[in-house]
Amino acid sequence: MEIQSAIPNTAISQNTTSVNTSPHNKNDRGRRRFAFDKFMERVVKIFSFFSPLLLILIIAGLVIKSIPVLQENSLSDLLLGSNFKPFTGDFGLLPFILSTVYVTVISIVIAIPLSILTAIYLSEYAGKAFLKFAAPMLDILSGIPSVIYGIWGVLVVVPFIRDYVGPWMGIETTGYSILSGGIVLAIMVFPVIIQIVFEVMRIVPNELREATLSLGATKWESIRKVIIKKASPGIIAACILGFSRAFGETIAVLMVVGNMVQIPHNILDAGYPIPSLIANNYGEMMSIPMYDSVLMFAALVLLVIVLIFNVYSRWVLNRLEKKLN
Amino acid sequence: MEQNIPHISIRNLNMKYGNNHALKDINIDIPNKKVTAIIGPSGCGKTTLLKTFNRLIENVDGTDIQGEVLVDGENIYAKNADVPNIRKKMGLLSQRPMPLPMSIFDNIAFGMRIHGERKKNVLKEKVEYYLQQASLWEEVKDRLNQPAARLSIGQQQRLCLARGLAVEPEIILGDEPTSALDPISTKHIETKFTELKEKYTIVMVTHILRQAKRIADYVVFMYLGEIIEHGPTLEVLNNPKHKLTQEYVGGVIS
Repeated sequence: MEIQSAIPNTAISQNTTSVNTSPHNKNDRGRRRFAFDKFMERVVKIFSFFSPLLLILIIAGLVIKSIPVLQENSLSDLLLGSNFKPFTGDFGLLPFILSTVYVTVISIVIAIPLSILTAIYLSEYAGKAFLKFAAPMLDILSGIPSVIYGIWGVLVVVPFIRDYVGPWMGIETTGYSILSGGIVLAIMVFPVIIQIVFEVMRIVPNELREATLSLGATKWESIRKVIIKKASPGIIAACILGFSRAFGETIAVLMVVGNMVQIPHNILDAGYPIPSLIANNYGEMMSIPMYDSVLMFAALVLLVIVLIFNVYSRWVLNRLEKKLN
Repeated sequence: MEQNIPHISIRNLNMKYGNNHALKDINIDIPNKKVTAIIGPSGCGKTTLLKTFNRLIENVDGTDIQGEVLVDGENIYAKNADVPNIRKKMGLLSQRPMPLPMSIFDNIAFGMRIHGERKKNVLKEKVEYYLQQASLWEEVKDRLNQPAARLSIGQQQRLCLARGLAVEPEIILGDEPTSALDPISTKHIETKFTELKEKYTIVMVTHILRQAKRIADYVVFMYLGEIIEHGPTLEVLNNPKHKLTQEYVGGVIS
């Protein structure tokens, strides 16, 4: 307390000795506050430029690093080729691209309906007591390190696929498959989507529920035809967020997906998503020419996929919001 | 003769939110095809009472309701009561108009659709009819496919009225239906209410005494969860018998 009051006091006393008159002193202080205000505005501005700039720098870095491989191979060979043999200079990335897309799509198909139904229960049906128990669980779930999900996948999901799903579908499998990857990924994005959808549905005004019910709608009719519709922009935003994360998730998927360079023919085949390719090989890239460059190019492809997905879903979101308001 | 039979009768109604005894021994008859206004200071249970009429109050967590609410002689709190159909009998206008997140046309058609009307030309005809009933048709007939949220607040409230009428209720419940509206829109709704009481029983919550005087035939005065006094509007507002009513009407408590 004493220190705090001491600082302005000394400042003022210094001023009075140099300027002498008190009105001047007041102006001086005003000018300083004004200057500081301007200064802070600039500081805030500079920092807010950092993150967009970072994205541009990352893309630029990846592009520069990918130039060597692009000079040696055509873009179509890289994107559509299915041969990946670094020793002979074949760098077809199609198996990796398809694995990434398959794993993500499987996880979307599993996670979206389940998490939306869960969020509906939590927001529309669950009592206070259950919420008190479930909400912290979801918090913890979304904070679990992904390597733990990976271990759980190896211990539970992989054997389950091998011993039950494979025989049931009549396909021999080790269990390390894109389906396992998709399931683990779905479980990882689950809590994120549930939490956001839950929050979004709670924001829907209660009067809207009452209005719908008062027309003689049943609870489910009111949820399905009105509440979800009202919350749909938020629900879509939640899914975008969940799956931007899913595309790039590395370690948990890497542990269960099999990591074999092949184009998966069914969901029980092993796959090799781009993040796993990069994580598995980045350390040894120096020994083979072009390997460094092709990994950077693969990273660029992943980034572009995520960007396209994001831009497209934001476009959907905008259209939906216009339609509602 | 028909007018003397009460439309809604409430018998020994008690409601508790946890420890809060929100409605205490409510006994009242709501007359058929009249406007009844529930008045009282804020927090006295007006809205809560209104929401017990169509069982919307049950949606609030932790409510405990005892007693009977008879609509057309049928206890709506009976175990086997068909709640959606009870609610369908009563149109609701809330404080803030709440258009459904869809087009103007679909807002009106929504209720008819959930009750099984599928024929497009019937829906079209009825949407027009009910929009006219709510004096909104002329303003929206060229933009029925636009989102209802683009209407002004006053128009939205009339849309909500039309939407409620479209499921053919017998009763209209209004929870301070004009409190968010400008004076002209308020007048629209008030005029509409006085016209509609030919066909419907209207119960509205209001905190504006002059509004009660303008349009209500009967007034119910509530204070801290109890009905203190009720009767014909002029009788209660001009010659209140109870001390609390006198204080409220005189502006001592509000």
